[in-house]
Amino acid sequence: MPRYIATRLLAAAVMALLASLVVFLISALVPGDPVLAQLGDILASNPVTVAEWRARWGLDLPLWERYGIFLNGLAHGDLGISIATRRPVLEDIAQYAPATLELATVSFLLTLAVGVPLGIAAAVWRDSWVDSLARAISLLGVSAPTFWLAFIMLAIFYGGLEWAPGPGRMDPIAFPPEGPTGLFLVDTALQQDWEGFRDCAAHLVLPSIVLAAATIGLITRTTRAAMLDSLGQDYVRVSRAKGLKERAIVMRHALPNALVPVVTLGGLAFANLLAGAVMTETVFAWPGLGRYTFRSAAALDFPAIMGITLVVSATYLLVNLLVDLSYAALDPRVRR
Amino acid sequence: MDGSLPKREEAASTAAPVLDVEDLRTVFLTDAGAVRAVDGVSFSVGPGETLGIVGESGSGKSVTALSLMRLLEEPARIIGGAVRFQGRDVLAMSGAELRAWRGDRAAMVFQDPMTGLNPVIRILRQVTEHMISHGRQTPAKARVRAVELLRRMGVAAPERAAASFPHQFSGGMRQRVMLAIGVANDPVLLIADEPTTALDVTVQAQILDLLRNLNAEFGTAMILISHDLGVIGTVCRRVAVMYAGEVVEEAETEAVLTDPRHPYSWALVNAVPRLDSPAGTRLTSIEGAPPDALHPPPACRFVARCPFRISRCGQEHPPLMEVAPGRRARCWVTADGRSLPPPPVAAEAAAREQEADAPLLLEANGLVKHFPGARSSFFGPRAVVHAVNGVDLRLVRGESLGIVGESGCGKSTLARLVTRLHEPTSGTVRFEGQDITHASPAEMRPLRPRLQMVFQDPYASLNPRMRVRDILAEPLMAHGRAGNRAEADRRVLDLMGTVGLKPEWAARFPHEFSGGQRQRISIARALALDPALVVADEPVSALDVNVQAQVLNLMLDLRQRLGLSYLFIAHDLAVVRAFCDRVAVMYLGRIMEEGPAVALFARPLHPYTVALTSAVPEPGRERVILGGEPPSTLKLPTGCVFRGRCPIAQPVCEEAPPLAEVEAGRRVACHFPGAFAPPRGMPQ
Repeated sequence: MPRYIATRLLAAAVMALLASLVVFLISALVPGDPVLAQLGDILASNPVTVAEWRARWGLDLPLWERYGIFLNGLAHGDLGISIATRRPVLEDIAQYAPATLELATVSFLLTLAVGVPLGIAAAVWRDSWVDSLARAISLLGVSAPTFWLAFIMLAIFYGGLEWAPGPGRMDPIAFPPEGPTGLFLVDTALQQDWEGFRDCAAHLVLPSIVLAAATIGLITRTTRAAMLDSLGQDYVRVSRAKGLKERAIVMRHALPNALVPVVTLGGLAFANLLAGAVMTETVFAWPGLGRYTFRSAAALDFPAIMGITLVVSATYLLVNLLVDLSYAALDPRVRR
Repeated sequence: MDGSLPKREEAASTAAPVLDVEDLRTVFLTDAGAVRAVDGVSFSVGPGETLGIVGESGSGKSVTALSLMRLLEEPARIIGGAVRFQGRDVLAMSGAELRAWRGDRAAMVFQDPMTGLNPVIRILRQVTEHMISHGRQTPAKARVRAVELLRRMGVAAPERAAASFPHQFSGGMRQRVMLAIGVANDPVLLIADEPTTALDVTVQAQILDLLRNLNAEFGTAMILISHDLGVIGTVCRRVAVMYAGEVVEEAETEAVLTDPRHPYSWALVNAVPRLDSPAGTRLTSIEGAPPDALHPPPACRFVARCPFRISRCGQEHPPLMEVAPGRRARCWVTADGRSLPPPPVAAEAAAREQEADAPLLLEANGLVKHFPGARSSFFGPRAVVHAVNGVDLRLVRGESLGIVGESGCGKSTLARLVTRLHEPTSGTVRFEGQDITHASPAEMRPLRPRLQMVFQDPYASLNPRMRVRDILAEPLMAHGRAGNRAEADRRVLDLMGTVGLKPEWAARFPHEFSGGQRQRISIARALALDPALVVADEPVSALDVNVQAQVLNLMLDLRQRLGLSYLFIAHDLAVVRAFCDRVAVMYLGRIMEEGPAVALFARPLHPYTVALTSAVPEPGRERVILGGEPPSTLKLPTGCVFRGRCPIAQPVCEEAPPLAEVEAGRRVACHFPGAFAPPRGMPQ
């Protein structure tokens, strides 16, 4: 077991270094000149100004030297200065990340709370109405375009029925909580501001449903397939021959064996929720990383893009590491 | 008419039967209609009685067992009959009643111990959970009992085993755990469905011994389901023979083995070679296939394949009739109490004479094959799997050499070494005088036509997307034996005729054939290029006994007609004895004993051969049951590799004995050849 963990950690470290190299190379080699994008046509027509800008951002140094500087900065938590906002990229990310993290986490919990039980039920009562319902939900969730779903939800539940609040993280006239985490749910709870907590929770409902729609579909289908597979195994028949209750057979014998593919996909789904919320955040005016990414990309803000890409790849690596470690917890054959 | 059978009188036991099955009918609901898997089966099992159910695959024996336990899954459905367990109607039990009964009063053990245990749950909980859920034991007492049961079942270090996960155990150990699970609540009835089919013969002997003891000690009634009459004969006093969903004969096992009264039982008994049958006997096989279970004919279901049929057989469906005291058979021929004649003894027994100075075809010296195993740590050295550890072989033209041994003994690796599918780690291989030890694929190519292989699994070794015609034409075209497609097609039809396939089947795909027919296709493919040597790796072990007999007879015919030589690899000693001139017995990658087939099995000289032959499940055979299982190939024992399990090991065995000629034509790797006497009852 310790060896397994050590191997996984070492592999993750190597992957992280490779990711930093890839991120750096892509941003250094893609066509598209950030200086021109920043200066605008008039200033960029002056070669002296352009050269000054290049020297100022270190763009005149050789590639390997720039990578060295980049790595050194990374080691000190320095992701560079955003060309667009003129602030350290890390500060920008720290400002926008909590909103995304909060939304993604709530969506992820929603995914698990709906997808896993629905998948189990669909497998246990195969070809029944539960199975058909699960199939319909997953098909709709996976195939409905996010922007369409987002507008429909807003139109029905905000515009029409007025059950849900409008876009944004809180009521526009409320003051955002001054909190240590930037996660509004946590911050309002810490300050025992229950009215604010309710407001934030209500604002999370629609965007998290929209964001979770696709992952719910995936998790439901995966859970169903994995459960069907393990319910068809000999040990399930042996459990029946033992006279165990159906509930014990499903939850104790079949489910643990079905969890490995579910956890694999769940990890990917969480990483996707974190990195893929651009559309949802835009429609729901959510001040998160997705919108920051969109703005930085439009401005060819390379330090920001590199920073975001690195954060995203670090997230993927971390989630994958957790997934690998949970394999060992789930399946004794992985431990050695 | 089956429903109105007279109740059989039990002379021995007047007690009410544990299980009484009457006219049980189970169907599979398919789009084409109801397939009758179990069609009017009746039998009963008294307290402490042992009943065997035997039949080929598809005969309905496993479906019968699952029906008794009400463990059928969609689309199977019980549509009629009665199952009474100690007077209770099993078919009328509610879900809750069934759950309370299953695993408590009636238990079932399944075929494959590798998949029957849940891989993510510790052994202890798998043995205790139903003791607790049925309220038989408190959790603390259940734990103590589980360890005790594991010890009883012969699991080494039961405390440690209980805390382990299933993947840490061999198949034999897992089947012991499954048996512990089965008997945990002291059931009145234990149903075992092919419990030893996946196991090696010495481990099978251990498990069968355990079943016998369970029956003797606890008086547990048993139903043992197997395709192997020998297995049933060692455990069960009575047997029911099933064919096409019906019981065709029911009698004492001993009586069926010596004097079968239904032609199908007769075929089953005579299709299996025995270790003591006369040398050179051709196996008795019956042609044809079971009838369509969708629309069984209104006649005897066996009539199309029956060598004894009379006119009445084709007109009227026979009931299960009493043909002798305590014996029932479903046959018009034996209805008047007559016996069936023994099978004709083949005239070609003498054809096995070997030319004294036939040229050497295959020669291997000091063959070794090591495979890299897993690393012990991230930077640590790789473990080494010692698959083959110094094997010498000689095979002359026209000869058949058998290699026998249990799984993991290296026999399949050896086959792949001499055909150069693997490259030896050391040693030499010569084929027709040419050194092929390190020949490149290009150098092997001209030799390939002379050296062909037939594999175990006829399902996996034929490309499912190719028609038979193309499968057989491929080697002809690839080696330039056929100039054009028309010529190749002519040769293909010849080949199909040679192996007994109808020419009109040439356009079919492999899935349209039965297992035996597929193995015929594999053989035809091997024969396409006129080979000198066919290396056959377990060619009949996936087949039913009757089909096995057909394929073996075909291979024997081909040998005589085409002058083939075989290197025949199998785990079934009687099959090897029936098929081969000489036999080599392997253990842990080495040859323990080698000699003429009949002489070797009549009087084995190596203690391992003695144990192996005595483990063959033939009734009336005294057993030497070896303790333990073969050691890991990762770490070979020093000295004689067998000494850890040898009943006569001495200090001198720390030194490895060479494979030395101890009598004319017989080589044995043992310091005390012949010292371990075969037990009584062995053929002398």
